[in-house]
Amino acid sequence: MAACYGFSQADGQDNPVAETGFLMRQRFGDLLALLAGAGYRVVGPVHRDGAIVYTDVHDAADLPSGVMVETAPGRVRSTETQLPRLFAWANGPQALKPLLFRSEETLWRVQRGDDGGLAFRPASADAQPLALVGVRACDLAALQLQDQHFLHGAYRDEHYAARRAQLLLVAVNCTHPAATCFCATTGDGPQAQDGFDLLLDELDEGFIVAAGSGRGRELLAGLPLVPVREDQVRKVASTRQRARAEQTRSIPAGDLYDELMARREHPRWNEVAGRCLSCGNCTQVCPTCFCSREQDQAQLDGRGSTHVRQWDSCFSEGHSYIHGLVVRGEPRHRYRQWLTHKLGSWHRQYGRSGCVGCGRCIAWCPVGIDICAEVNALLGGAHGA
Amino acid sequence: MALERGIPLEAEVLERVDESSSIFTLSLRLVDERQHRAYRFEPGQFNMLYLYGVGEIAISIVGDPQHPELLQHTIRNVGRVTHGFAKLARGDRIGIRGPFGRGWPLAAAQGRDVLIITGGLGCAPVVPVINHVLHRRAEHGKVAILQGVKHSDDLIWRDRYEKWDAEPFTQVLLAADVSGPEWRGYRGRVTGLMEQLDIDFGNSVTMMCGPELMMVAAANQLLERGVGADSVWLSMERNMQCGVGHCGHCQFGEKFICRDGPVFPFSEIRTLFGERGI
Repeated sequence: MAACYGFSQADGQDNPVAETGFLMRQRFGDLLALLAGAGYRVVGPVHRDGAIVYTDVHDAADLPSGVMVETAPGRVRSTETQLPRLFAWANGPQALKPLLFRSEETLWRVQRGDDGGLAFRPASADAQPLALVGVRACDLAALQLQDQHFLHGAYRDEHYAARRAQLLLVAVNCTHPAATCFCATTGDGPQAQDGFDLLLDELDEGFIVAAGSGRGRELLAGLPLVPVREDQVRKVASTRQRARAEQTRSIPAGDLYDELMARREHPRWNEVAGRCLSCGNCTQVCPTCFCSREQDQAQLDGRGSTHVRQWDSCFSEGHSYIHGLVVRGEPRHRYRQWLTHKLGSWHRQYGRSGCVGCGRCIAWCPVGIDICAEVNALLGGAHGA
Repeated sequence: MALERGIPLEAEVLERVDESSSIFTLSLRLVDERQHRAYRFEPGQFNMLYLYGVGEIAISIVGDPQHPELLQHTIRNVGRVTHGFAKLARGDRIGIRGPFGRGWPLAAAQGRDVLIITGGLGCAPVVPVINHVLHRRAEHGKVAILQGVKHSDDLIWRDRYEKWDAEPFTQVLLAADVSGPEWRGYRGRVTGLMEQLDIDFGNSVTMMCGPELMMVAAANQLLERGVGADSVWLSMERNMQCGVGHCGHCQFGEKFICRDGPVFPFSEIRTLFGERGI
């Protein structure tokens, strides 16, 4: 096996990779079988309804071979080509988030006895070993933020924790960034830096596979790998550089809290609110947004009730409702809350921006509002944008 | 070790007292004897109260920290959950999660004059801290309690205010924007009572709860009198669903009110405080 895989100079990053090998394209199914054989539910990208969705995959034929995805503000179009690639697209509307932080989740149940007594019991987390194949650098960065929110604060979310503990991640470096991508300017991609068990770099003839954890090294040993050739290493290095260079969008770096809050009455908030439908699509596709609402689903026989958590959005009227009034009554307040939180408050709460540059909010916004354009307009020339 | 958000504990309604046509107080007791004995809270914290089959709401704890096992919550009948709570009677069961949040600055108040300024139902979250201070009368300076209501008929707890007024070195001042013929208090806003205060502003701690614009006006008056922005504390309110900083609803700029508050020194929140749509 080729032990020397040192193109960390090529992309200027420290690569934690210790062991690598080459997996021929026709053997990719062996990776899926290895994961399934190790007891994992295997989830990966599938081309469905004109988009890339993450769902159960059983063999390599389930993956989106030759699919390419073109995005623009408010636009996503996928096409099937003859390109011999499985990952020749940047991302779909969702990846990791719904697998750990479920869009709907039962937190607890209560039964009412004949005497009116209430018996509460927690709902189990419904967790199982899960291997996610094809996770991108932006999603790994988002996962770290969700970990901070749900695991590393004063309180821990047991449901998220149970799933997170059984998660195995097979990352893939982006070769075809979308026009809406800007992970290079947030520092989160397009190459995965850490937080994965295995990392793939895709070439026409197959994949360079690298381990990023002990579990990854164990899996690597079970794959039918061949030595990585020098020309393959060079090809991957140039692909990595191109994936970075192709990105044209940019977002200002650093903690923007003070600058954005200083502009909280800026006319741009009204301007963007004139376009914003307050639909919340951006928050639903955002891999870091964490808001949820809770509600009861009472049984029809009156003897029990289920307390459920569902994703919520700061664009909904109910999000800021309090005893008869809506605090953020106008769309401009809601867009301002979202943007100032994402690019400002997040730094104060979690030590970094809440944006990982995946561009989903731009592509899946029905009217094509572009977070990069908005923040650059708000900050004017302050960041040379 | 991180804490868990928990699931509700079963509580029994001991009594429901109607304080006014729309405000009532529930006295509760945790049904499980061990939970009942173990329950503790700090003045200014809140519980999530659960109405069977309907949902949870965040309500501050009114009561006496000397008797933490008696849980009292004073509630305005204004929404889906509180409509249900308003119909509860002795023996009915609800759920309780908590307590949550940062309470009033008890340590900072030691040895200093204590000024309490409230508006409307903001009078409720300060009750435990008033009880706390009056229990330790010798450890505090003068105490002044200011409460303002829109209409004099809205004032609840007249007996309680009279009792506090009779305590040594304790001043109670009441204000009503609009008042009936029997009103003997001040006519106008609660901030108009500041002139009558007999406390040492330079050695005082203020605790406030009420409408945000009232608290902005009061805080600014105090700052003009030389009180430091970190000696003025106030309790904030936003939509809260989880109580542990996860659900995102209570965010106020960089703060999660449920977890970082609900009590804040004015210095921590003054930039955005009182502005619309934050």
